Amino acid sequence: MIVADKKPIEEIIEEVKDKHNILILGCNECVTVCEAGGKKEVGILASALRMYFMKEGKETNIDEVTLERQCDHEYLEEIREVIDQYDAVVSLACGVGVQFMAEKYHSTPIYPGVNTCFMGVTEKRGLWTERCQGCGQCILARTGGICPISRCAKRILNGPCGGSTEGHCEIHKELDCGWQLIIERLKALDRLDDYEKIYPIKDWSTERSGGPRKVVREDVQE
Amino acid sequence: MKVNTPSKLEKILAAGHLAVTSECGPPRGSDPEVINKKANLIKDHVDAINITDNQTSVTRLCSLAACIRLKLMGLEPVLQMVTRDRNRIALQSDILGAASFDIHNILCLSGDHQSFGDCPQGQNVHDIDSMQLIQTVRHMRDEGKFLGGDDIERPPQMFVGAAANPFADPFEIRVPRLAKKVAAGVEFIQTQCIYNLDKFELWMKMAGDRGLHEKVNILAGLTPFKSAGMARYMKNRVPGMDVPEEVVKRMADTPKEKQPEEGIKICIESIERLKEVEGVRGFHIMAIEWEEKVPEIVEAAGLYPRPNVD
Repeated sequence: MIVADKKPIEEIIEEVKDKHNILILGCNECVTVCEAGGKKEVGILASALRMYFMKEGKETNIDEVTLERQCDHEYLEEIREVIDQYDAVVSLACGVGVQFMAEKYHSTPIYPGVNTCFMGVTEKRGLWTERCQGCGQCILARTGGICPISRCAKRILNGPCGGSTEGHCEIHKELDCGWQLIIERLKALDRLDDYEKIYPIKDWSTERSGGPRKVVREDVQE
Repeated sequence: MKVNTPSKLEKILAAGHLAVTSECGPPRGSDPEVINKKANLIKDHVDAINITDNQTSVTRLCSLAACIRLKLMGLEPVLQMVTRDRNRIALQSDILGAASFDIHNILCLSGDHQSFGDCPQGQNVHDIDSMQLIQTVRHMRDEGKFLGGDDIERPPQMFVGAAANPFADPFEIRVPRLAKKVAAGVEFIQTQCIYNLDKFELWMKMAGDRGLHEKVNILAGLTPFKSAGMARYMKNRVPGMDVPEEVVKRMADTPKEKQPEEGIKICIESIERLKEVEGVRGFHIMAIEWEEKVPEIVEAAGLYPRPNVD
């Protein structure tokens, strides 16, 4: 999933302090799972803002809506009838949802309520960690199912670097060395010989470097 | 023995001499005198001088310019180049720039993470890794081509080196990793600073069992301690460094004013012992901000005078 983290309330207040009609718009997908932008977080943010405006003596209306998704037209259409009432929308979706809202509702200011962080997993409640950087050319078959691009601080394809110590990365003692994990996994799969194959220079044109990307599937287009 | 490049370092190794290299860190400013002064301290006692490339990710005068300074002094530079700060365009371009000044040695590194340096908020590049940089230089030199496939007019003639850290984890892949670098085309290795000689000898033995010591010139890396504090710092704070407790203790048990002398002594003793290790072809003495001690170490270790191969 896409993992996000809540923005500090002060930052959100700074954006909306002069507004009169605000919609807090949650998303029922990834940001709900990572407890940053689902229905519950929409309620918490709305309450915090109401308290702020009350304290400031301002009459500001704050409504709460949580959509199934903010990255699909059909769900975003659900607010078409009401969007014009608002002079600001705070979207608690990931950056994708915020942008899709902005594209669709051109004249309504949309503000992000979360910081979108990475694609990752729930290791346990309250701990989400990165697994994929969307390089567009998956190499996991060669690395035993563990990604050196997302798990190594230097995205080294022929690691580990000389800074790997007792299974930890040189930049943080709490961080696993991605290459140590790869080696352990190759060992468990009885494939340690694969370690000595040199991974060739990677074509990064399918990642961010190649410019904004798209996937086109004519076979499923209507 | 056949040589592939005009590198003096390569010629010395090919002739069967124990090579001696050292390094100079460029200044955090643009004063060329800093480099000239450091180089003058060591030039008669070493065969080649590495210039570090923004080591520990602290911004400094660039390695290439400092290497050109050495070249202008008639010395033999080893251009250190990290993959952290440059993509494949910049790397190839700088290699050609170095080649235009007839810089004949390169050390291919990934570089410390930027979080250690003065720009922790900066991006890192890592378009290619150190293994692939070895391949890149060899490709440019041997095929005379860019990575993109076009011909290079007057290809670089560089003796290609890399680092090896026998002490990083996991230990079991440290020799396979060396084998990988050899397969990538590396011709000389400068190791991480050696304090745990037993472990280094084990690594060399394992490399020797695979015949790797015949395929690559391994220069043992040494850094003399200036103080017990430095020994402790290296032991506890520098990633991938293996300083045995007894070495720290030996420094700590020495009166403070005698500690620099003791650090030099340990370094010389280490060289004497490592000379006997099969496959050690020379020494890389990294006297960090203590370059003036290199001549003393080289002389006391019986590595002076340096051979003349020109």
